[in-house]
Amino acid sequence: MNQRSSRLFIAFLVLPAFLILLAVVFYPFVYNVVISFSNMNLRHIKDWAIIGPHQYVKVFFEPTQPNFYAVFLKTIIWTVVNLLFHVVLGVFLALLLNQKEVRGKPLFRTLLILPWAIPQYIVALTWRGMFNYEYGSINLIITKYLSLPAVEWLKSPTEAFLACILTNIWLGFPFMMVIALGALQSIPYELYEAADIDGASWWHKLTRITIPLIRPVMVPAITLGTVWTFNNLNIVWLVSNGGEPSDQTHILVSFVYKAAFNLYRYGYAAALSMVIFVILLLFSLYFMKRTRATEAAYQA
Amino acid sequence: MSTKRILRQLLTYLFLLVFTAIAVYPILQVVTISLRPADRLLSTSLEIIPANATLDNYVGLFEDRPFLVWMWNSVFVSVVVTLTGVVLASTTGYAFSRFDFIGRKIGLLSLLTTQMFPATMLLLPLYIVLIRLGLINTYMGVIVIYAATALPFTIWTMKGYYDTIPYSLEEAARIDGCNQFQAFYKVILPLAAPALVITALFSFMTAWSEYLVAAQVLQDSKLWTLPLGLKSFEANMSTEWGLYGASSIIVTVPVVVLFLALSRYLVSGLTLGSVKG
Repeated sequence: MNQRSSRLFIAFLVLPAFLILLAVVFYPFVYNVVISFSNMNLRHIKDWAIIGPHQYVKVFFEPTQPNFYAVFLKTIIWTVVNLLFHVVLGVFLALLLNQKEVRGKPLFRTLLILPWAIPQYIVALTWRGMFNYEYGSINLIITKYLSLPAVEWLKSPTEAFLACILTNIWLGFPFMMVIALGALQSIPYELYEAADIDGASWWHKLTRITIPLIRPVMVPAITLGTVWTFNNLNIVWLVSNGGEPSDQTHILVSFVYKAAFNLYRYGYAAALSMVIFVILLLFSLYFMKRTRATEAAYQA
Repeated sequence: MSTKRILRQLLTYLFLLVFTAIAVYPILQVVTISLRPADRLLSTSLEIIPANATLDNYVGLFEDRPFLVWMWNSVFVSVVVTLTGVVLASTTGYAFSRFDFIGRKIGLLSLLTTQMFPATMLLLPLYIVLIRLGLINTYMGVIVIYAATALPFTIWTMKGYYDTIPYSLEEAARIDGCNQFQAFYKVILPLAAPALVITALFSFMTAWSEYLVAAQVLQDSKLWTLPLGLKSFEANMSTEWGLYGASSIIVTVPVVVLFLALSRYLVSGLTLGSVKG
């Protein structure tokens, strides 16, 4: 009796979400796998056929302009540079804010979180405006205050990609700062006092107390941040206006989005989505396993 | 010793001020643009409050553009997504936290795995299904996709928070005569308020700030949500910066206020959820 009612209760709790997820997550996922083995595109949207792993071969060997490997390399640069700045800046600012004698802490904290609170598409469109050659404030600052020549931010591949990275660094550091601040606040102050008595330098305190103690919180945040950054379509797409100039600023996700919705290459896009997914899955598994191993070593 | 301390203080404030300025500057930029009179939109001045500041752009949004329609569309879509998200995540998260059932472990892992999907992974097949079902240019289309995006994350957040609430509370409620359902919604649900807040905020923001999905599904301009409307100011040959600035401010202020008011919960929810894994 009790067990049966318990089972009914679980079903009541889980079934609605389960059915919805089945329809909007599981089914599309399976369908995506099917499409990736088919020849579906705008011309073959009704009369498509399974053609085997042809689209996957295309992903790796088709000489598109730019090709898969160039975009992949760019995605790695994008992810590593962003994450590096997010974590270093975030932890640095959290350390500043966590000191005992800082006035106006709540105000600084609030203002520093702002970039995270603003809708991403507005961030992207605003920065695109700021990178404008003639009227954008970045070039105005560069020329008026620094007396340097203006930069063609959005017209040349390297500068446009750099513009995307700068925008994304700006919007991403508050997340890491907030997470690091939460972790720092849980470290008992006595540890630092004890270290002071032992005559430890700030470097020792940082590497022996602070970093090991915020690690358990930072590692999941970094994993999450990596996946989010790797997959961040908004910024690249909107700052570079769909990969301009001439598709030289794409990362993998924007490259797929273009293949799917501007070029209508559905089969190819589905296959590329699968490839990106597998890359991220392998990365996460490896990263979690490695950090779990080091955590075990810390405890031993 | 004491000069060293003063120096340290000075450097702290210096860095904090510099980074705060960098964080705030782009936002001030938008405010400036929104206040510029029509004949000075392409200005090369760097003033924060422009000369002849005016609210014309704000008035223009409501008088000459369908801004209210976009706003209504966005509010409608966001509220539906939020309600669905809160109801489904609070119940499913509870089951994942409290009960052992067939498929529990694999369910949790699959939800985590969906976070590694690139946006196109679900968007493309759903888009094709929507075409087949004739749901392109309907709110149903975007709502379904937003729910699919937000649910996995919010279920995990709820589950992580429930995990921190001791099981003895339900036991006490049961001894006092509650049945399972009453113990859940009278005792546990109120205690999980912070996580519910995060779930609501996250679901709302997913829908309120989404551009790329809406751009594919809502092609009829009568159905446009705010992001599509805002982008349309930028899309043409000459950007209507004044209108863009004014609408950005109107769209951003409510979410920023919400976000800042709730950021305390946001942090505890996120970290608890992730640490518990």
